[in-house]
Formats: sequence, C-alpha cells, structure tokens
Amino acid sequence: MAETSELSLSVRLFLKAYPWRKIKPTPWTQLQKPLSECKLALASSAGFVCPDQEPFDDHFKGGDPSYRWIPTGTDVSSLIETHRSQSFDHSGLEQDANLGFPLDHFRSFEIEGRIGALNHRHVSFMGSITAPGRFTAKSAPEFSQALVDDGVDVVLLVPV
Amino acid sequence: MVLQFLKDVAIKVGPPRGLLVPFPHGFALGKPSDAAGQSRVLSQALSLLERKDLTPPHLSVYQEEAPGL
Repeated sequence: MAETSELSLSVRLFLKAYPWRKIKPTPWTQLQKPLSECKLALASSAGFVCPDQEPFDDHFKGGDPSYRWIPTGTDVSSLIETHRSQSFDHSGLEQDANLGFPLDHFRSFEIEGRIGALNHRHVSFMGSITAPGRFTAKSAPEFSQALVDDGVDVVLLVPV
Repeated sequence: MVLQFLKDVAIKVGPPRGLLVPFPHGFALGKPSDAAGQSRVLSQALSLLERKDLTPPHLSVYQEEAPGL
C-alpha cells in the first residue's frame, strides 16, 4: 500500500502543508437507476494525451490546469503520459496505460452489461497541480458541466 | 467515485465514495497487463455505487492482497 512514509521528505512536507479542501456537506447523489443502465465517463489525473494533442506543460508555474478530452474510441496504447511529477514510478503507466486510464476494462464492462454505456469522451488532466485555483475555478467546473450535458451518470476518477 | 492511495489524504478530502487501494502511486489498479486483477479493482469500485446503505463520505478498503508490487 502507498504510505506517506515512502515518499520523499519534500513530498511529505508538501502533503502536510497542502491546504486540502473538504467540501461540507459532502456532495452525494444516489444512483437513480441500475448501474447497468448508467452512462459512465472516466477521469484520469495521469496527464495522458492523444498523439495529436498538446502535452501538458511541465513548466507551467503551479501545474498545468488544462484538460484534454479522450474520445471513447481511442486506442489506449497510443496515449502518451505527460505527468510532470517525479515522485512516483511511471514505468507501470508506460507499460500499460490502462493502469491510469482503464478504458479497455470499461469497454468490456459495457459489452458485459455491467454498465449501460460509455460516454463518447473522457477527461484527462495532470494531477501535479500545486496551485489549484485555476483548475478548481475553471477547468473542473467546465468539464464537469460538459459531462452533465453529455448525460453522464457516473464518473470514475483514477489517480496516479 | 474515486480510487485513493493514501488513507490520511482520503480522510482529509473526504470524497463521497472512495476505494482505498493497496498499491503504490502509478499503479492504481495493480500490476501492468494484469487484466483480471485490474478488473477486480474496478468491479469493487463500481459495487460501491450500487450500495444503498452508504453515507458520505464513504471510504472502503480494497479486499485483496497487493500482487507483489
């Protein structure tokens, strides 16, 4: 299991000082229909981009707050990881992008009827954002509303 | 629904539904190319959505040994 003690001192100090945001009361929506009838979208903080998309900018002060849409028909093995953090081992994502963007699994779940449908697009962002103001004020509300407009019932966020 | 690595961070942030996974950062679903193992993690996450007895914030712990990472 990932333990805070395994992280470098600088990362541990950062995590300790970071102003984690807890929303109260916790937003809660009960599923209104069976999961087998729900439309699902993925969200990933692994910084994946499609080959024809701009990589996340690892020199962006405070962390690149932008996001990318990943079409559902994307070949997961073609995704390029552009996460700037050096605090974790990237080799797993390089070998198997499904570790950070499990689209192949959700295609199977859709075929099996475990979920109703996959959304036509999914969201990718780069999770190393030390100054999250722009992300929380603009990017997150923007892509969240777009997913609502798409009729998405469930979003699964896969971190790195 | 969110997967989580660090319990103390998960408690601080308190997402509505979280599944704490026993894997290191960068390996949220376990081993690369272990389709069956990755699928089990996702299935367990999805099962939280179907439960009607949960109250937020809810954090479950993935119930399987980490595959030798």
